[in-house]
Amino acid sequence: MIAKKRVLSVTLGMVCVIGVTLIISLNTGYLRIAPIDVLRVLIGKGSPQDALVLIQFRLPRMVIALFIGAGMAVSGALLQGITQNDLADPGILGINSGAGLAVVFYIYMVQGQASALSGLSLFLMPFSALFGAALAALLIYALAWQHGVTPLRLILSGIGVNAALMALITIIQLRMDPKDFMQATIWLSGSIWGTDWPYVLAVLPWMLILIPLATFKARTLNILALGDAMASGLGVAVTRERTLFLGIAVALAGASVSVGGGIAFLGLIVPHLVRRIIGRRHEILIPLSALMGACLLLIADTLGRTIWAPAEVPVGLVVSAIGAPYFIYLLFREKI
Amino acid sequence: MFISFIAKQQAQRPNRRKPTRAARALTALIGGLILLVVTFILSLLYGAVHVHFSTVWQSFTNDQMLTANQQIIRNIRIPRAIGAALVGALLAASGAVMQGMTRNPLASPSLMGVSSGASLVMVCTLVFAPQASVLSLMLCSFVGAGIGALLVFGIALFSRGGVSPIKLVLAGMAVTAFLNACTSTIAIRFNVARDLSFWYAGGVSGVQWLHVQLLIPVAAIGIILALMISRSINALSLGEETAKGLGERTLLVKTIAILAVLLMTGAAVSAAGAVGFIGLIVPHITRFLIGGDYRWLLPCSAVFGAVLLVGADLGARMLNPPFETPIGVVTALIGVPFFLYLSRHAAGGMRR
Repeated sequence: MIAKKRVLSVTLGMVCVIGVTLIISLNTGYLRIAPIDVLRVLIGKGSPQDALVLIQFRLPRMVIALFIGAGMAVSGALLQGITQNDLADPGILGINSGAGLAVVFYIYMVQGQASALSGLSLFLMPFSALFGAALAALLIYALAWQHGVTPLRLILSGIGVNAALMALITIIQLRMDPKDFMQATIWLSGSIWGTDWPYVLAVLPWMLILIPLATFKARTLNILALGDAMASGLGVAVTRERTLFLGIAVALAGASVSVGGGIAFLGLIVPHLVRRIIGRRHEILIPLSALMGACLLLIADTLGRTIWAPAEVPVGLVVSAIGAPYFIYLLFREKI
Repeated sequence: MFISFIAKQQAQRPNRRKPTRAARALTALIGGLILLVVTFILSLLYGAVHVHFSTVWQSFTNDQMLTANQQIIRNIRIPRAIGAALVGALLAASGAVMQGMTRNPLASPSLMGVSSGASLVMVCTLVFAPQASVLSLMLCSFVGAGIGALLVFGIALFSRGGVSPIKLVLAGMAVTAFLNACTSTIAIRFNVARDLSFWYAGGVSGVQWLHVQLLIPVAAIGIILALMISRSINALSLGEETAKGLGERTLLVKTIAILAVLLMTGAAVSAAGAVGFIGLIVPHITRFLIGGDYRWLLPCSAVFGAVLLVGADLGARMLNPPFETPIGVVTALIGVPFFLYLSRHAAGGMRR
């Protein structure tokens, strides 16, 4: 009962934090817009300029941040559950390095063309990221397959493929000219690219279907954590369920990475934070991870946008800079 | 007589048994050493300037009036090759210790905060003192490595419940992420990302005799420490409780293990930068080949790490002369296919 109360209060707390951050985030940025004007715009009576900034630029970006934060965090929670490894994150399935290689290659190919990164080519970038992420995940899965997939083999083939992909990224990066190099570095550090309503619409269905599905199936994940022999003894089709969870994790992380860049650290740290607060039961862990991830990424994006405005700090770096100390604080407090 | 003994043995067991683990490990160790000597000599001979074998010999025997090529051999290639071998051996051995102690196949020496601390100090040096000399750069990165490691170890030590491997790994993960974020932010802000990335990728091109002289004592102490506790790491890799039940003083063992990892990784990073992958991949490759006994795994990992890095250094010089490809890239390109092949076909594995 106490646990239930705690979950409820944590949930409420995080929803409040998200709400407050949304409002603060809406009225800060390169152009300051007073809270009252924000409210006016929201009820449809603001000045056209404010409305343009808020509705067309800031709001979609924040909605995207919420979505990819949730997606990345759930993906990380699923992967740590499947592999039973505390160091696993979406990166272990090659999501980051695959998407990174695709994007770096893409930037390298279009370099030199005038206004290369505007219009159509900017629109194509998320697709190349998604494509690369999916391809890397498939490759890792195929290499780990031997009459089924065990967590250890998955991790091992993930290590290998990741190492190779990162090496290729370095090779291509060092051949770039400085401007493209910087752009690639920023992408790899994680920054939110797709800041338009179409991107929101593209990401929305993944999150709306897959996160509830993961929550719904969370009990199976609890059973898988008991070990393969025990789980199949309890009547779980181990390989099939594991593949299903992997698929969900890859789809969530892939969709997130395609518009958000390399922010896998979020997927690593959020499940840990939530686990420290409410324990290991996946049916609670997964939805709370979604909330916490959304919250953390929104805060990080707001900070990243405003610290050195008009220059931006890549959001992935801000996530590390505020997530890691909080995590260390929790480590201090708690026995493991 | 010996032959007849073997014949008798074979007669007793008509179907030939697989060689024992120790025999296999010994074969791997000797094979690795031979391979190391071969790659070492190759790395002296080839590079931007190809040198004949007799020149190498003369550079040892001839004391006065060295020709240009002999000087290259004596003052550049030999320290460089020795440096590569040492760095590879140190990183691989400390990776093996980390994986055994934490029982986590994803653990690697870079998780101890060493490389990330060194990177942060390096980027600060690049930004605020761009004219720093080689020696002061090396000193800086050693200091940075120490700071990173102290942070990780301090957090684990002063938290409630004391040091445990899992806590160490988690603290390392958080500290590494934090320091790397600082490094990247500074690098992007002050536009030195490109300079830094060469250092990130690591390389032994700057290794001089001075580095080697500093590396050898630290390396010796670290490896001896690691070998001393290899038996106890066997017990630890079965789990903390089992190790205690077997009569190990786990806290002492863990402290020595951490100390050894710090010494070895710190020395390697300060000489060669953040050479990735070796510490992660080589212990796995070795485990696939000879199994999970750390008494053999540690020395074999060290030898294989040395072979891989000397070979990778040679590759880095040969791929695109006279420019050098970052050694981390070559390491990954050589090591990964081998690693993936073994992970599918070898019998050994992590005990979990």
